Amino acid sequence: MRRTWWMLAIVTLLLSPTLGLAQEQAFRINNTAEPESLDPGVVTGVPEHRIVSNLFEGLTTTDPKDLSPRPGMAASWTISRDGTVYSFKLREARWTDGRPVTAHDFLYAWERVLNPKTGAKYAQQLYYLKNGEDYNKGRVTDFSQVGVKALDDKTLQVTLRCPTAYFLDLTSFYTLFPVPRWAIEAHGKDWVKPGKIVSNGAFRLTSWVPQKELVLERNPQHWDAAGVKLQKAIFIPTDDINTAFKQFLAGDSDWIPTVPPAQIDAAKSRPEYYVTPYLGTYYFRFNVTKPPVTDPRVRKALSMAVDREALTKYVTKSGEIPTSAFVPAGMRGYEAVKGLPFDVAGAKRLLAEAGYPDGKGFPRTELLYNTSEQHRVVTQAVQQMWKEQLGIQVELFNVEWKVYLARMGSLDYQVARAGWIGDYEDPNTFLDLWVTGGGNNQTGWSSQRYDELIGQAACKIVNPRDRMRALQEAERMLVVDDTPILPLFTYVNKGMLGRRVKGWFPNILDLHPLKYISLER
Amino acid sequence: MLGYVVRRVAGFFPILFVIVSVAFFLMRIAPGGPFDQERALPPQVRANIEARYHLDEPLWRQYLRYMGDVLQGDLGPSFRYPDRSVNELLTLGFPVSLTLGLCALGVALTIGGTSGVLAGLRRNSVVDYLTMSVALFGVSVPNFVLGPILMLIFALGLGWLPVAGWGTWRHLVLPSVTLGAFYAAYIARLTRAGLLEVIGQDFIRTARAKGLRESVVVLRHALPGAILPVVTYLGPASAAVLTGSVVVETIFSIPGIGRYFVGSALNRDYTMVLGTVVFYSALLVAFNLIVDVLYAYLDPRVQVR
Repeated sequence: MRRTWWMLAIVTLLLSPTLGLAQEQAFRINNTAEPESLDPGVVTGVPEHRIVSNLFEGLTTTDPKDLSPRPGMAASWTISRDGTVYSFKLREARWTDGRPVTAHDFLYAWERVLNPKTGAKYAQQLYYLKNGEDYNKGRVTDFSQVGVKALDDKTLQVTLRCPTAYFLDLTSFYTLFPVPRWAIEAHGKDWVKPGKIVSNGAFRLTSWVPQKELVLERNPQHWDAAGVKLQKAIFIPTDDINTAFKQFLAGDSDWIPTVPPAQIDAAKSRPEYYVTPYLGTYYFRFNVTKPPVTDPRVRKALSMAVDREALTKYVTKSGEIPTSAFVPAGMRGYEAVKGLPFDVAGAKRLLAEAGYPDGKGFPRTELLYNTSEQHRVVTQAVQQMWKEQLGIQVELFNVEWKVYLARMGSLDYQVARAGWIGDYEDPNTFLDLWVTGGGNNQTGWSSQRYDELIGQAACKIVNPRDRMRALQEAERMLVVDDTPILPLFTYVNKGMLGRRVKGWFPNILDLHPLKYISLER
Repeated sequence: MLGYVVRRVAGFFPILFVIVSVAFFLMRIAPGGPFDQERALPPQVRANIEARYHLDEPLWRQYLRYMGDVLQGDLGPSFRYPDRSVNELLTLGFPVSLTLGLCALGVALTIGGTSGVLAGLRRNSVVDYLTMSVALFGVSVPNFVLGPILMLIFALGLGWLPVAGWGTWRHLVLPSVTLGAFYAAYIARLTRAGLLEVIGQDFIRTARAKGLRESVVVLRHALPGAILPVVTYLGPASAAVLTGSVVVETIFSIPGIGRYFVGSALNRDYTMVLGTVVFYSALLVAFNLIVDVLYAYLDPRVQVR
């Protein structure tokens, strides 16, 4: 008898994994990290973005191919002639608990993000509203002064500080999603957990075990549920990319949005490998307050001595696009600026003019980067180029991420590696960084003319052509005339996508709404 | 004995207090803070967040506040995972780390014990050389090398086991072996040495002279004496297995607390760092205590006062 029990136990044990693995229609995504939160007003990262934008829905949604805004919670909208007043007409849509989605839900969510007590990291996404910034900074305390009103349950009127060409792109961004007041008030910070969460997106949360997996299922209550083919999506937070890559090879996931640098060649030989341009620039910052890079001639010489073609072809090797401009090419309506050319003779001349003929007497200079395999090889390659072309010795210095951030923030460096990923498809997301005193400027560089140009493009110039021209002039100051930065290449998205996945379209923001995805049997 | 245990437990709290205090201030000396990120926050937004977590207060007051909370068993909210408290994350992660640790110890004892006995019995034979070479390999290969190799062979090559993850017994095999390999090797060497020492002694000769079967001689008479060094080694080994799974948990994507240990330090998630420090120190101190008590119990030469 006892033996029978033992046998039974062993058989059950052996069968248990096969039972669990019954191939369901689930899209398994390697999300690269555990989401920090699922609260649209709180989150800021890419892993969170992938989940939250399927769980909730904003006024607009994003077209998976060209990223143009599509109707979401708003069925339609009108824009005033001066481009500052938007009236959104909401559709009949419901939260997962059956309550209707109303304009008041947006009002509540936006007030929550702007309220200083919330401490929302992305509050500046709502600074476009009239008085939005002042409310967040405590200079206006009455929220009715802020440019958003619920005219009735189904009409939301938004008044902007300036005409903002990309405002309808912003309304599809998670910080501007509606949130359910009653659920937040009932559960506090627990409101985003399974069983308590109330959401309005095409998918709903069914389980979330930290560091293990998070499961979304199709939301049958969603207004467009009939158009959603995918039944289930599982987000796996494997943060070791080598392991993630192996999981993909073993068929344990359908999509990994990254490939370990050491495996690039192995990945390239497989049909599932993809590489597409990304809205991001890899560059070096110069600290213009510290010699020798206080001298624009030195900065230009350093920039002109870098062979970016060789760098992307032999060092980064995954299809990165060499660039000497800061705004990535191919942005809607913006003609790319030409930066400084690769010109060793010219670089040498400039360096000699600055007082360092053939690199003689060039002071000790440090190139700072944060610990990472990719940054190490890129900085080494550039160090080598500078040595060979200009005869100068620059020392590499790597520090851990938070130390790197602290040193950038306090201008405690000479030259430093950096990267910038755009939020929306407009040059402004790259160029407004460099205004005087901007939190992300971190070069000590300041130009009155530049500030004027960015200010005009943001608010004063209504004609889109003229606006782009002003932005181009600003970018030219950045990469040709004054060069507080040294652009190297445009980032690419590289990863592996299982061949059964359909409806996944490459785009420069790397956004892939689950709503359009299906799995082939 | 009881008095000794009580005294040791009482001594436990000052030690913990010192560890937590040192960790608290060391953490604050490190450059960068929990809310430094690639995209610098506007000063006002940053101030709003810092006010929310009381980071705008003087350090001594933050310290007192934290100590007060810890005394009430509250390790605070995680800065990185704002929806969760440190207590919650540790509660979720500990059973996982414990399961992994116990399985690894099981692997270590079974493999290490068996091969140690075999090697000891067939001294200077092929079996002996083979097991001891493997053991040397096990001691010297770090787990971040062993783990990926095992993955390549058993998950990708043969397809017998999953690459990584957590949930079924199959997910446990590779990480347990990876984590247990070092200890298995060490235990094998300890067992072999112990067995060789015992087997030469008079009472074993007596047992053999009585005409007992060799298996009875080894299992009943020689082994209990031979594994004494192993038992004493188990204390520190258990603590090391439970706290040393940081790398293995990361490689195999296991939702235990080891992953928070490194991640929280890199993220300057102050409360989570302190939480794991409190937890791990408590664990280590407790294991040391158990070992000391066991020593006293097993070895009459050790006196407890």
